[in-house]
Amino acid sequence: MAAGEHVMPRALPLEELNPNERIKHGSRFLRGTLMETLADPVTGAVSEADGLLTKFFGIYQQDDRDQRDERRRSKLEPKYQFMARVRLPGGACTAAQWLALDGLARQYAGNTLRLTTRQTFQFHHVSKRNLRALIQGINAAGLDTIAACGDVNRNVICSANSLQSPAHAEVSRLAHDIGARLLPRTGAYREVFLGSPAPEPPPDDEEPMYGSTYLPRKFKIALAVPPQNDVDVFAHDLGFIAIVENGAILGYNVCVGGGMGMTHKASATFPRLSEVAGFCTPDEVPDVAEQTLCIQRDYGDRKDRAHARFKYTIEDRGLDWFREELAARRGRALQAARPFRFDSSADRLGWLQGADGHWHYTLFVENGRLADTAKRPLLTGLRAIASVHPGVFALTTNQNVTIAGVSEADRPAIEALLTSHGIANDGYISGIRQNSMACVALPTCALAMAEAERYLPSLVDKVEQIVSQAGLADDPITIRMSGCPNGCPRPYLAEIALVGKAPGRYNLYLGASANGDRLNALFRENIAEAEILTELDSLLRRYAAERTPGERFGDFTVRAAVVPAMVNGRDFQRAPDSSRSIG
Amino acid sequence: MPNPKERDEWAHAPFEAATIERLRALVADLDAGQRLWLSGFLAGSSGAVSAASAPSASATAQRSVATILYGSQSGNSERIARLLHDKFKERQVEATLLDMMDCKKAHLESAQRLIVIVSTHGDGDPPDRAMAFADFLSHPKGLRLGHLSYCVLALGDSSYEKFCETGRQFDARLEALGAKRFRPREECDVEFDLVARRWIDDVLTHVVASSNAGVQSNGEIAPRGGDAEIRSATVSTAHTRRNPFHAGILTNQRLTGRDSSKDVRHIELSLEDSHIRYEPGDAVGVVPKNRPDAVDALLNATAFRPQALVRVDSQETELRSALIEHFDIGPVTPALLQRYAAATGSSPLAELGRSPDAERRYLYGRHLVDLVREYPPAGLAEAAFAQLLRPLAPRLYSIASSQKSAPDEAHLTVSVVQYESFNAPRYGVVSNHLADLATDGASAPIYLHRNGGFRLPADPRTPIIMVGPGTGVAPFRAFVAERELTGAGGHNWLFYGDRQFASDFLYQAEWLDARKRGTLHRIDVAFSRDQAEKIYVQHRLRERGAELWAWLQEGANFYVCGDAERMAPDVHAALIDVARIHGALTEERALDYVTGLQRDRRYQKDVY
Ligand code: SRM
Ligand SMILES: Cc1cc2nc3c(=O)[nH]c(=O)nc-3n(C[C@H](O)[C@H](O)[C@H](O)COP(=O)(O)OP(=O)(O)OC[C@H]3O[C@@H](n4cnc5c(N)ncnc54)[C@H](O)[C@@H]3O)c2cc1C
Ligand SMILES: Cc1cc2nc3c(=O)[nH]c(=O)nc-3n(C[C@H](O)[C@H](O)[C@H](O)COP(=O)(O)O)c2cc1C
Ligand code: SF4
Repeated sequence: MAAGEHVMPRALPLEELNPNERIKHGSRFLRGTLMETLADPVTGAVSEADGLLTKFFGIYQQDDRDQRDERRRSKLEPKYQFMARVRLPGGACTAAQWLALDGLARQYAGNTLRLTTRQTFQFHHVSKRNLRALIQGINAAGLDTIAACGDVNRNVICSANSLQSPAHAEVSRLAHDIGARLLPRTGAYREVFLGSPAPEPPPDDEEPMYGSTYLPRKFKIALAVPPQNDVDVFAHDLGFIAIVENGAILGYNVCVGGGMGMTHKASATFPRLSEVAGFCTPDEVPDVAEQTLCIQRDYGDRKDRAHARFKYTIEDRGLDWFREELAARRGRALQAARPFRFDSSADRLGWLQGADGHWHYTLFVENGRLADTAKRPLLTGLRAIASVHPGVFALTTNQNVTIAGVSEADRPAIEALLTSHGIANDGYISGIRQNSMACVALPTCALAMAEAERYLPSLVDKVEQIVSQAGLADDPITIRMSGCPNGCPRPYLAEIALVGKAPGRYNLYLGASANGDRLNALFRENIAEAEILTELDSLLRRYAAERTPGERFGDFTVRAAVVPAMVNGRDFQRAPDSSRSIG
Repeated sequence: MPNPKERDEWAHAPFEAATIERLRALVADLDAGQRLWLSGFLAGSSGAVSAASAPSASATAQRSVATILYGSQSGNSERIARLLHDKFKERQVEATLLDMMDCKKAHLESAQRLIVIVSTHGDGDPPDRAMAFADFLSHPKGLRLGHLSYCVLALGDSSYEKFCETGRQFDARLEALGAKRFRPREECDVEFDLVARRWIDDVLTHVVASSNAGVQSNGEIAPRGGDAEIRSATVSTAHTRRNPFHAGILTNQRLTGRDSSKDVRHIELSLEDSHIRYEPGDAVGVVPKNRPDAVDALLNATAFRPQALVRVDSQETELRSALIEHFDIGPVTPALLQRYAAATGSSPLAELGRSPDAERRYLYGRHLVDLVREYPPAGLAEAAFAQLLRPLAPRLYSIASSQKSAPDEAHLTVSVVQYESFNAPRYGVVSNHLADLATDGASAPIYLHRNGGFRLPADPRTPIIMVGPGTGVAPFRAFVAERELTGAGGHNWLFYGDRQFASDFLYQAEWLDARKRGTLHRIDVAFSRDQAEKIYVQHRLRERGAELWAWLQEGANFYVCGDAERMAPDVHAALIDVARIHGALTEERALDYVTGLQRDRRYQKDVY
């Protein structure tokens, strides 16, 4: 920190801050002019400022980028449409809720649902005309979309499937508690989307915790139950790692300052893994979460949004500063961190028996996309299952879904439906495909520079030929593809990552660990499919020939010095030499 | 001092030498705005042209020494452009800052010095906001930039294969269009700060040094186009349906989106060298020709000899070519049916004529070929058969452009007629012909169809209400453009309707743009198929009745264009309702009121 910079960014005059801060402040707690712009029938869009506000309600304005150029030539505005993300802390819903969401997807959202890397549902392709009806439908099902996006605390994620063990159940409850405590309080959502009357006079202190400018940027919390690191706990602003002894949770290690997003070639931006700051007891967790969020509220950069995430606050001020600040706010320091061990960040697919004897089936959903295709009528198949299954659907942070809490007696019925719809996992799925993830990217994501979800499956087809020739068909190898460097499928934690640069072109990163505790490193820049396959072919053959027993591909590429071990995020976008000279 | 080109044009002016001198001296004294107004005035029939002599946008541009034109996706180029603009301001040099998205032909034509800053995206593509400008540079439609000096700053990233491609292309295109590079292109890689700053300093030095001279000579620089307009305005247009002008196709662009049930085209015709001067409200007539395959199908359905001679306009022509060029072989009309019944002595057909309802049902979708298949023209000779047919009439299309914004162009909005009847696909003659024309040298035979009954108000302050669903919106595109270019102060209100918002909103982006610029003050829309119940423009008129009435009370004109069969009568009825309800008039008085509007030419229709 430069000397003299003691002013909290939040206390600076608004004019000096990023324009978004002014928009938030002037929005009357996120009301803006949404009533008017939603009602404007001449455009399918809302105003730019209002588009910023809807994010706080889990709603993104997008346009169909496949049609962008063609519509421009046709003198039509872009094909504006909205994405809505459900708030689903802990990632679980009931069968009735599943059916309701399925119905809404069919009615308003192009017959598709998307399971996300933060274990919730997204609706795409919703027209402005239908937006309110969709949101009301979601609310009628006992769910909502508040704070699923925006500069607030997002959906709190946790190791999937609360029914798996009592510890999982406890973590899931905690995810709900934290989520509820950090929820924005504004009535704007209910007024704009649910038709509640606007208060008279308008309140001026609706957000005691957030204030009128909310957070500098999004804030994400994850809870993990070792040895599973399915949530990639180090990838989030704030992580809690359950310390379980004999099935009971003693407390949580607290880790801070993680995040994935960066901008290509802007070396001041980088993915960063969070650092363990200490340990707290279960009952302390909600307060630790709130105080940490408030530290970021006060100290996060409000001028430069590319530098506004908590990871940069921690990077710039240091872990010790954070510990002191938190202790000062709570009147109590964190305890020393406890030992823990993660083996994998993957989901365990197929049937698994829980502690109470119930069964859980984790269904592979390629890239989280639920739609009916000729080969795999996933949407309809799951609808059929939801119609007979009395239990829970638990979404995973690997974009899969667990049909949870199936009794021994009901198992055959579920199996029959999986089979009759042809959606069961047992059709052959290679190790690499099981461990593949891609973000949404084109055509809906405004930030995509290249394809991801629509492309990765066909690329994996080709990689599967390589792995099967190399004798690695059943080896778990994580491969993640994103359409831009923002990192939505957490690519920088994949053994193989392809990050989009331009149509058909990707950066290839290698060398992350398989359990989410080491970032990968840039191997090749801006390459197209042919080169990707050539590189993977030679590397995977070498791996098959030279690996030590049990050695994972990511570890191998580091041991073989194909890429350096990426220890510090700050080095991620720097040549190793220059990082040394700066240090 | 007239430049050589100008002198050249005057040489062909249809005046005596002395008149030419006087006119030339007169014109030289006018500024760009005055020239524009005058050209419109001369083009208008009588004094109908309403233009107050408000200075046009290009007049302001004249004062600016340089136009900084930027195309940016992620903001870098824009930032540099703003920085440069600020530096000009610091030195009290007037410069214009312009996003490529907003750049019109006129901007280029009126600028003296152009400073282009543009990045490259995608796989060597222009930024989204510069796409249209790129399209325009590669299809510049007669744009010549000999008067312009320019330089280019290209932003890019050398890790891409096509480094700074867009900047390079723009540079080459500007050169090809005759502009003079005053400084070589600079290319910036990812780390562009230093290079850009040096470039800014360099450009500043250059422009400030040479602009002093520029400012002094400013009054001398004639805007392009003005003289050409004045010259052509004085030559009467000689093109008619028999002597059509063959207008080159500049653009043939589908307007309806992917999921539309219709194919509507935006067609831009070149009027270069036609001397055609039109006004908003005018239409273009297109000389039709039947499709040879449709003619052959008809001939194959009969025993007629294609080469048999028939009479057309007192001349002998072979049947086949007469059917292509001169006779309507499409939908059968009741009159044709009766002539045919009489000539062939068919009693069932004659019987049909006695029941209009049955006849209408019978004729619905029935083309000549269907008729001759069912009732062969037994005993009829080719010449007698041809005598029965009606002539192939030209088709009219409202002009959708203002000649003030596109002096050498006429834009049309053409809905392509295609349907099926009697198990055969049917193609509307002219709309399909137009839709099939390519932009590579194809032309359409056209002539000007004046439409004095559909005119903007003489007083530019008069508000106007325009009801134009579907292709009915075409003339209103011309109206709004004209009112913008003449600086007319009256407010403009458009009612638009079609089937689906997402795919059928003709010129939507332009309307939104005009609304943003403040030249379209109100727009209401009705999309009939976006909800369970059908909603049309007449519903919106009733919903907005109170305001509509207020506008009419303020003297607004009311225009209707488009479908004559259902829309126009429904809108007419809605207008009467509005007068009755919001003017608190009896049914009869309301009717009188509306008739009065028509009489005063405040309610004008162009329906078909
Ligand atoms: C759906 C999802 C990807 C998926 O395939 O599942 C997703 C999709 C989008 N993300 Fe993400 N992000 C998703 C998880 C993530 C994650 C992973 C995580 O949180 O575990 C990250 C990396 C972690 C992090 O935040 O650092 C992530 C980092 C980003 C960023 C970069 C943020 C940064 O500060 O660096 C952006 C861009 C931004 O915020 O400016 C972004 C923005 C977006 C947007 C909303 C694009 C936009 O801002 O216009 C994408 C919508 C695409 C679409 O059409 O649906 N998304 N995004 C994930 C939804 C999660 C959820 O349910 O809440
Ligand atoms: C003043 C004026 C302005 C006009 N402006 C425009 C304009 O701006 N844009 C525009 O697109 N048109 C405009 N028109 C209409 C245009 O002139 C033509 O009539 C139209 O394009 C059809 O011509 P065509 O030669 O393609 O079709 P034709 O060969 O003339 O065929 C059209 C005929 O086919 C029949 N038909 C059409 N659809 C069906 C169906 N579904 N089922 C059964 N029969 C059917 C009808 O009898 C119809 O008259 C205007 C007309 C006028 C008079
Ligand atoms: C998706 C994408 C594709 C790009 N493609 C190219 C390219 O093909 N050639 C090039 O020279 N630069 C390319 N660039 C780099 C940009 O031109 C460069 O970042 C520039 O500084 C952006 O300027 P702007 O912010 O004004 O748009 C690309 C950038 C992005 C994000
Ligand atoms: S990683 Fe980039 S392209 Fe993919 S969804 Fe996120 S923001 Fe969009």
